[in-house]
Amino acid sequence: MTSLLDHRLLFVTGKGGVGKTTVAAALALLASRQGKRTLVCEVDAKGDVATAYGVGPTEFDPKEVQPNLFAMSMSTEESLKEYLKLQMRLPLVTRIGPLARTFDFIANAAPGVKEILIVGKLAFEVREDNYDIVIVDASATGHVVAQLAAPEAIGDLVKVGRVREQTGWITEILHDPQQTGVAIVCSPEEMPVAETLELAARIADETDVHLTGVIANRVLPELFGRGEEEIFDRLRQPSRTEALSEAAGGSVTPVFDAAELAVTLRRTRAGHLENLRSSLPAGVPLVYVPELFARAQGMRATSQVAEALGAELDIDMEALA
Amino acid sequence: MAASDTAQVTSVEHLLASKELVVICGSGGVGKTTTAAAAGAMAAAHLGGKVLVLTVDPARRLATALGLEAFGNKETQVPRDLFTEAGVTPRGELWAAMLDTKQSWDDLVRRHAPDPETRDAILANPLYNNITGKFVQSHDYIAMERLHDLHASGRYDLVIVDTPPTRNAIDFLEAPERMADFFSSRLLRWLTVPARSRILSTASKPFYTVADRILGSQFLADIAEFFILFQTMYDGFVQRAEAVQRTLESECTTFVVVSTLEPAPAHEAEFFLKALAERDLNLGGLVLNKVLPDYLLDPQTGALAERLADQSASVAEALVAADGDVGEAKAVARVLGEVADSYANFRVVATREAEQKARLSNRPEVVATVPYLDSDVADLAGLLDLGTRLWS
Repeated sequence: MTSLLDHRLLFVTGKGGVGKTTVAAALALLASRQGKRTLVCEVDAKGDVATAYGVGPTEFDPKEVQPNLFAMSMSTEESLKEYLKLQMRLPLVTRIGPLARTFDFIANAAPGVKEILIVGKLAFEVREDNYDIVIVDASATGHVVAQLAAPEAIGDLVKVGRVREQTGWITEILHDPQQTGVAIVCSPEEMPVAETLELAARIADETDVHLTGVIANRVLPELFGRGEEEIFDRLRQPSRTEALSEAAGGSVTPVFDAAELAVTLRRTRAGHLENLRSSLPAGVPLVYVPELFARAQGMRATSQVAEALGAELDIDMEALA
Repeated sequence: MAASDTAQVTSVEHLLASKELVVICGSGGVGKTTTAAAAGAMAAAHLGGKVLVLTVDPARRLATALGLEAFGNKETQVPRDLFTEAGVTPRGELWAAMLDTKQSWDDLVRRHAPDPETRDAILANPLYNNITGKFVQSHDYIAMERLHDLHASGRYDLVIVDTPPTRNAIDFLEAPERMADFFSSRLLRWLTVPARSRILSTASKPFYTVADRILGSQFLADIAEFFILFQTMYDGFVQRAEAVQRTLESECTTFVVVSTLEPAPAHEAEFFLKALAERDLNLGGLVLNKVLPDYLLDPQTGALAERLADQSASVAEALVAADGDVGEAKAVARVLGEVADSYANFRVVATREAEQKARLSNRPEVVATVPYLDSDVADLAGLLDLGTRLWS
């Protein structure tokens, strides 16, 4: 089985708010630390990848944000310009400007044009061997299927012309499970789990792209070991809580309330995780990233997630650093 | 709030009582749909009248919570019994509908197509089907269009809409304008030229040469045919889009921003609050979801948890000496240590979130805070419980 980072092109998707960008950024960091020349691309250019590495805004032209690690943000207009320049040998930028705007207009209305400019650019970087691995902070669950299925859909719609020729090699890369994989990031909550299962089914039904793994993010640690919950319950009895408060020099009730909240949250989430685990198609690995209670954001938080992911994927970050 | 302020809108209750259209917005995963349903349930129960919740993509659980097998583009009434079972005598009616984008587009085409032939040609066009079925941008406009339609129908006292997940939270605000622009655009007319006449203007020639090489003439012809067909609906669509825009800007419409206090959603909420202010749209309220309890922020408790972690062994020993039934001293010490650690962990998150909250600017008068709930909302009673927390 090909592990996440053994692919050449890895799409990381997931419902909004589950930590998709952080996980994509962390995976890319991990790959780069393994010595892979890594490109990470943010498709919905919101600037979250830049935030994850604590750097200034990313652009279409990749910039090296860490050794071996290049970050870019997708722009369909730039992608088209590049395509026209490389494929159509159109040298005049002045001519491309209004042309690109026209295409942008069509792309907004005609199906698949925008999608193929995105997927085509990513596959191009793989074909040209510009990077060892391209990790995509892909669109959220609703859009990603349209993107992955676009080359084929276009292939069906467009019978002749250059685009038709192009879709061939793009689909070849996309459909090769050794080269390309999709990973879904999920948090152990009801809606994200439901959406992950739905997306897994849609990827199987509507695309020929390989689902290479599901990453459960922010998994709460088990608070108590064996027999400890009984002790906690006993400590919760009013007379004991009072005695404890006296001994500790202040009311321990809120501290206990917080522990109870943690236990309840953990229990609810464990149920959702169990549902995820048992409903995923056979053979799709489930990777856990613990809730890190991170104080920091930016690069520090990203490397913490990378470390946790490394531990799960048997990659030793410390040794690599 | 002082008594003299009661005339002002100071709660979600006042907001729902004084407006006719409520647009719930925010980034994905913050609980928009549940918030919309809870607000609708509360309005139907306590304010009366006919209330409709229009949602984009409800979880099956939400349908179940509303006592519905499933609901679609057609509005369905939530059974009255459900309220009674939840211990509430509803003053009004609660209705629910789901936005079916494809169906709604088809309805629009049926309404605006000049004749049956054009109508059928559009509905059968492969590009049309691709756009309406697959492309998420098309949700934006349709959601606002449905909202306008439902409001104009006069069938409801209050319509609450939960907005579709958009790449950019403000996309749907601009959707009516974009739709009007699209149809008025010179580019559109330009693009449809070759199908009408074989003579290309000098201006459009280079475009077609390149487009032909890239896309192939058949695809280009398909696109042109689609645009020409669509243009027949020009007047209807533009007028419509303008009417939708007016509705969004009117006094009877209000926007409620939902967010959690995690960095990314809060950032988007911030952006959204600003966008609403810039567009002079009526910002009614801010709902902060999944907020951790206040006791996590208390400095004295923080210090106590730290002490408890440091002195867990001695505290446990003293406790066990006086009361042997608790358990073994070592095990008790371990539990105390874990409990104190857990408090410290959650305290870190709560502190960061409190900071995030303080940073939210452009805040409306009404800010409702909903705590982190232990379990998922499973029935109408659960929705009403959530609604009660929203209310005040």
